[in-house]
Amino acid sequence: MPMPAAPLWRSRTTRSLLLQGGFALALLAAIVAATLTARANLSAQGMTSGFDFLWTSTGWEMNFTLLPAAPTDPYWWFLLLGLLNTLLMGLIGLGGASVIGLIVGLMRSGRNPAARFLATLYIELFRNLPLILQLFFWYALANALPNPRAALDLGPALLSSRGIYLPGLAVPYGAAIVIAAILLLGLALAIRVLAARRFARMEPVPRRVLALSLVLLAILASAAIALATHPPGTGWLSLPQPRGLRIDGGIRVQPEFACLAIAIMTYGGAYVGEIVRGGFKAVGRGQLEAARALGLSPWQVFSRVRLPLAFRAMLPILINQYVWLIKATTLGIAVGFSDFFMVIASSITHSGQTLELIGILMGGFLVVNFSLAAVLNRLNRAIALKGHNTGGAA
Amino acid sequence: MTALPAAPALTPPARRFRRLRRDYFGSPASALMTLASLGILLGLGWWLMNWALLDATFSAAATQAECVQAGGACWSVIAARWRVILFGIYPYDEQWRPSFACAVVAGIILLSCLPRMWSFRRLALTWGLGAAGFYILMRGGILGLSVVNEQQWGGLPLTLFIFVATAVAGMPLAILLALMRRSELPVVARVTGWIIDTIRSLPLLSILFTFAIVVPFMLPGFLIGEKLYRVICGAALFFAAYQAEIIRGGFQGIPRGQDEAAKALGLPYWQRMSRVLLPQAFRLALPATINQFVVAFMETSLVVVVGFIDLLAAGNTAYKTGEWKFAYVEVYAFVAAIYFLFVFGLSRYGAYLEARMNAGHRKE
Repeated sequence: MPMPAAPLWRSRTTRSLLLQGGFALALLAAIVAATLTARANLSAQGMTSGFDFLWTSTGWEMNFTLLPAAPTDPYWWFLLLGLLNTLLMGLIGLGGASVIGLIVGLMRSGRNPAARFLATLYIELFRNLPLILQLFFWYALANALPNPRAALDLGPALLSSRGIYLPGLAVPYGAAIVIAAILLLGLALAIRVLAARRFARMEPVPRRVLALSLVLLAILASAAIALATHPPGTGWLSLPQPRGLRIDGGIRVQPEFACLAIAIMTYGGAYVGEIVRGGFKAVGRGQLEAARALGLSPWQVFSRVRLPLAFRAMLPILINQYVWLIKATTLGIAVGFSDFFMVIASSITHSGQTLELIGILMGGFLVVNFSLAAVLNRLNRAIALKGHNTGGAA
Repeated sequence: MTALPAAPALTPPARRFRRLRRDYFGSPASALMTLASLGILLGLGWWLMNWALLDATFSAAATQAECVQAGGACWSVIAARWRVILFGIYPYDEQWRPSFACAVVAGIILLSCLPRMWSFRRLALTWGLGAAGFYILMRGGILGLSVVNEQQWGGLPLTLFIFVATAVAGMPLAILLALMRRSELPVVARVTGWIIDTIRSLPLLSILFTFAIVVPFMLPGFLIGEKLYRVICGAALFFAAYQAEIIRGGFQGIPRGQDEAAKALGLPYWQRMSRVLLPQAFRLALPATINQFVVAFMETSLVVVVGFIDLLAAGNTAYKTGEWKFAYVEVYAFVAAIYFLFVFGLSRYGAYLEARMNAGHRKE
């Protein structure tokens, strides 16, 4: 006997269709209502919506840019420079945090109790205080430094309330930017050769040679550019010299930039340190014993067995931490460093194109964070050992 | 193969000494590290003791010249300004109210740490009542308390309020988001996934900024409300997006059979979730949840940027005005100590819980 068909409103499929349709409609309605209200409110204030403002000149200045910018430049150029600043800060912050984290993590997982205690102290102190508090502290400290006339002399570098002055290569600014870009590109290509699956079938030795030659090529190209653009008859190094109320020569790192970089490095370093320690803990004792039983030297055990295995265990967690640190660069606004977020905020105040700029902000961060995560996830897949779980999900 | 000569039996003190020597001076590198670390530690400790205690000035009446002459910390700034740092611009005569309010929050946090309190109803009741008590104490308007508007709140109670309100609003939202992401309806699951991933890839600061400045444009007039509550909504949304993923992780650790058994018993969806799956998911996700609370507490300090005078900002105003401009280290040390107390306590508690939970399991 056939079952009587359930009434339409009780059938599972209908209900699920209705629920999903209702959900989608409600969400859509909320978005449309918000957009319409925003339009109405903005047009009441005499604003026109749209992205035309991107091509009008800004009329204000950024206090830190990698490439030249003037108040007559359009908004899109400023936004691009802001994004570039965020990426630069991210690069420096992530690099510094990784180095500090590796040192602290190694000290914490080592055998020496004194070193372990020192590292624990560092991690607990820097991890348990809000980043913005640390940033404010560094900034107050930087502002309390003596003025350029009485700058602190740290060998070749000078420290003053106007910023940190480092010795630099005596080449024009444009050439320095190109050199930095070439070096970064060479390094990125080398890492790609070492990590990408496409090159996995290559023997290790030629692969390493290829990567090394890429880096060498980048260095050679940089040297050629430096030789070509260096003003003849002057020294190769430009050293900062106090000259009255100013400091001439060298590279000036503005205090806002330096403080944000220091804060992100030290704070991130504490977190990365814990991740590194977790990674080393995840390496099985048997692996090390086996390596020692094979007669490997302590350095070989570390560099060929312990570090690679630990790195595979910590990479998945490191990816999240790196994304978090990139987002932390937005704190620049608290001290006045022109990162992407601060440029967006200033643009909102000056142009009033609120919705469009918030959209650009979200889009920018989505692109940066998703691409960072995508690259690192690929690296993670590329180095994963087949059939070997090092506990990456811990 | 020759047998190793039997080592002479060591008396315990000698063994301890040998272990010490092996750990601290096992190799030249290790010895160098020991000496360097001890040198740094002793130097820091010595300097800190001199600076913070021996050479410090404590009198509230001391001037900058006296502090500089003493050579150590100038705790006078704290003695003179502690009420500004702790309570911001809250009316001076009413400051017993925020003190009590802070005690209420400390009380509910301590209560929630007791395993006896870990049922949904008890926790919800504690936090709901605590938040209400806090609000009545701070805002006033009934029970003969004079009204103090949200614009006048500041310092530690504001920090605690933002934290508690974020948690109280964010936790139910997180559960909802986690359930929606695990939903069997593909549209709901997919769209919720996008929402969560998008929020997680945005910086909290930009979300706070959006809620403080942009959202008023998007809402009809009667929904706009106080800026403080909008910012809390933003913080709660961010908290919920992260916490939802933590709960989802907890769900993934539950054996499949649990859900199947609950289904076989004929339990409807809500009972299956609230009686069988969610409690287990929370248990598994407990360490990560506490960590998330710690992060949320530290992130309340970001409201400085959208113009609130929380503990950190009140500290800033305490040294930036008048004669205390030189004493920023002392003020930050004081503020940092308060944050550290909360954050370190919570994270230690989390570590303790994790160890307790793992006690039954064999460790690799």
